[in-house]
Amino acid sequence: MNIPISPEQASSFAFSVDLYFYMLVVLCSVLTIGIFMTMVFLAIKFRKIEGEDRPSVPLENMALEITWTVIPFVILLGLFFWSTYIYGYYLKGAPEESLQIDVIGKQWMWKVQHPNGKREVNDLHVPVNVPIKLSMTSQDVLHDYFIPAFRVKQDVVPGRVTELWFEPTKKGQYHIFCAEYCGTEHSYMKGTVTVLSHEDYERWLSGALPSSGANGGVVMTGEKLFKSKGCVTCHSGLKGAQGPDLTGLFGTEGMTAEGESFMRDEDYIRESILQPQVLIVDGFTPLMQSFEGQLSAEEVNLLVDYVKNK
Amino acid sequence: MLFRIELATAEGEIFDADMYNKFFTLHGVIMIFFFLIPSIPATLGNFFLPIMLGAKDLAFPKINLLSYYVYMGAGITALLALGTGGVDTGWTFYAPLSTQYANSQVFLTALAGFLAGFSSILTGLNFIATIHKMRAPGLTWFRLPLFVWAHYATGLIMMLGTPVVAITLFLVLFERATGIGIFDPAMGGDPVLFQHMFWYYSHPAVYIMILPGFGVISEVIGCFSRNRVFGYEFIAFSSLAIAILGFFVWGHHMYVSGQSFFTGVIFSFLTMMVAVPSAIKVFNWTATLWGGNVSFESPMIWAFGFMGLFLVGGLTGIFLASMGADVHLHDTYFVVAHFHYVMVGGMVMAFFCGVHFWWPKMTGKMYPEWCGKLSALLVFAGFNATFFPQFILGWVGMPRRYHSYPEEWEALNVLSTAGAMLLGSAFTFIIVYLVWSMFWGKDAKFNTWGARGLEWEKCATPPDPHNFHGVPVVTEEAYAYTGKESVDV
Repeated sequence: MNIPISPEQASSFAFSVDLYFYMLVVLCSVLTIGIFMTMVFLAIKFRKIEGEDRPSVPLENMALEITWTVIPFVILLGLFFWSTYIYGYYLKGAPEESLQIDVIGKQWMWKVQHPNGKREVNDLHVPVNVPIKLSMTSQDVLHDYFIPAFRVKQDVVPGRVTELWFEPTKKGQYHIFCAEYCGTEHSYMKGTVTVLSHEDYERWLSGALPSSGANGGVVMTGEKLFKSKGCVTCHSGLKGAQGPDLTGLFGTEGMTAEGESFMRDEDYIRESILQPQVLIVDGFTPLMQSFEGQLSAEEVNLLVDYVKNK
Repeated sequence: MLFRIELATAEGEIFDADMYNKFFTLHGVIMIFFFLIPSIPATLGNFFLPIMLGAKDLAFPKINLLSYYVYMGAGITALLALGTGGVDTGWTFYAPLSTQYANSQVFLTALAGFLAGFSSILTGLNFIATIHKMRAPGLTWFRLPLFVWAHYATGLIMMLGTPVVAITLFLVLFERATGIGIFDPAMGGDPVLFQHMFWYYSHPAVYIMILPGFGVISEVIGCFSRNRVFGYEFIAFSSLAIAILGFFVWGHHMYVSGQSFFTGVIFSFLTMMVAVPSAIKVFNWTATLWGGNVSFESPMIWAFGFMGLFLVGGLTGIFLASMGADVHLHDTYFVVAHFHYVMVGGMVMAFFCGVHFWWPKMTGKMYPEWCGKLSALLVFAGFNATFFPQFILGWVGMPRRYHSYPEEWEALNVLSTAGAMLLGSAFTFIIVYLVWSMFWGKDAKFNTWGARGLEWEKCATPPDPHNFHGVPVVTEEAYAYTGKESVDV
């Protein structure tokens, strides 16, 4: 069984954090074991022995008290400067030449927009060895953008723009989580960051390279897409969901606010994914964004099939 | 506690997300507002504080009764909120989720927290007045048991901090009820303001929980080493230092909330400094054993358990106080493990330590010694199995309050659940034998442990309604052990 005990190191920031963390683990282990063992040792050495008369003496020792006040103080001061120095590197902010990507958090998905206008949901594609600056805000409650492999995290606050930056150093796929509790489906507000080579990133931007989302490399099913692309957020079928429940909807007849009726066939589902604003069923507000350009033709087919059989 | 971990493991199949969110909110609200904060002060404190001072009762018995009624009222309100649908905001009630978006019983639950706060303020007030005014003749400040010093510090935080959380929760209720924007940016409010106000109380609140625990440990270590507690003044003043410093560290919950770098630096520094008085206490307790006549009855076993777990809990606090590491660890399971080590490993161990220590005095009955020792070991083992894996989970990046998680983390979660089962059974075991002892236990002796202090030497077992016949006079320092006192279990 494979039990992970350390997160992957995939950014320029990760090494310095890890160095500090492991140093502190060693220091604290030594202290914990050392102090606890001293207690046990003293307790046994001075254990009560029947018949032995060991009168207790009132103990005070100023020099000792000062020593064990000053030593922790100095150690803590050292730790404070070290860790603040690490954080200082991060807080200098993103370098000028960073690639800026906009992120909007909403219950419960991440919407991402690249400089050339290309969009994605939950997932993020970035080139390797380039500083990336995420410019983030929230549409509703507090969220928090967290990529463990990069050791970075930043709250996403409504009414403010916050910034998160990192420089990925290793190609691969890593988790993205929402780390600030944001309501019912908080734990589904996650995705995958894919670090690509420069060429692949350019190809991906132009649409030549298909997206590799939460389950990249694995056979993609409609159900997985439905979750990883955030469809499930609004179309969960739960009470209070913003979009319609899709269960059993295929093949039924719909009616727009203008009283125009239509058939919910394959073409309609496809259109609703790619141009959701065209036909709006009476009673719903046009909230949904277009997924045009974010899904490959194959992925659209999978989703249509999934909705058909739902 | 048990059920919460249980559902966290099963990849989100047993309960749905909404139910899970309501469970952890409930767990947080009940445990913090209705167990951890009042547990030691309201039970052992209320009972022994007047006795240790040589007084008949607290300074204001009727205010004490009022605070009990308010507490019960708050408890009933919380149960009502649970019965009518539950809450899903987390115990922190972060705005604007709590003010605008959550559609569950936020109103009732926040009201319950608000009321419980009043009960806490009244208790703190009562403690401070009693300690100032009702000490027996000869009982000078530096003859007070350290348990009393710890409650003095606790009382200060209760009085100065709790009104702020009451205001904060009130503003949440106000914003929900009237729609006036205080925290919601859509209406011109500021959600980060909520965090400042909330943590201004809620961080000192953890010291409300742990300081009385420190008091208990000082009593027990002194008694079972048959020694005067080493560095008495240092332990007493470190309690006050923690109480005061505790008010200036709230920002360490907010390194990544968008506060400025400079603010973060100040809070990081002050937070680190809290470790100094805590370290002083630990070193002094260790030194108390030196040259003593140490014996190992159940309360002492609990005290050792406390030391082991509190060391881990306290030291992992340094990881989180460090800005560089906290950016990664914030809001992960590392934090969950850390505060459980301090709150359960520290506070709850100390609570049971105190219960086992004073049980014979309070009830006049003795529990079987082997049960007390066995349960301490079981709790220690179960606790470590439950929460140690969570440090690792946090380090690899599992965020807290997650109902489902990536598959590769399942093994550690399963281990954590197994530990929780053991911990749950241990707690059940304690309740069973304590209740058993009340009916069928041996009668306790006048001074079971051969301990010093007014409660053991001048007060009947169990205490009479007015504690003492006449006014006791104190002529020596606390913990004036000679090494010849005998234990009579």
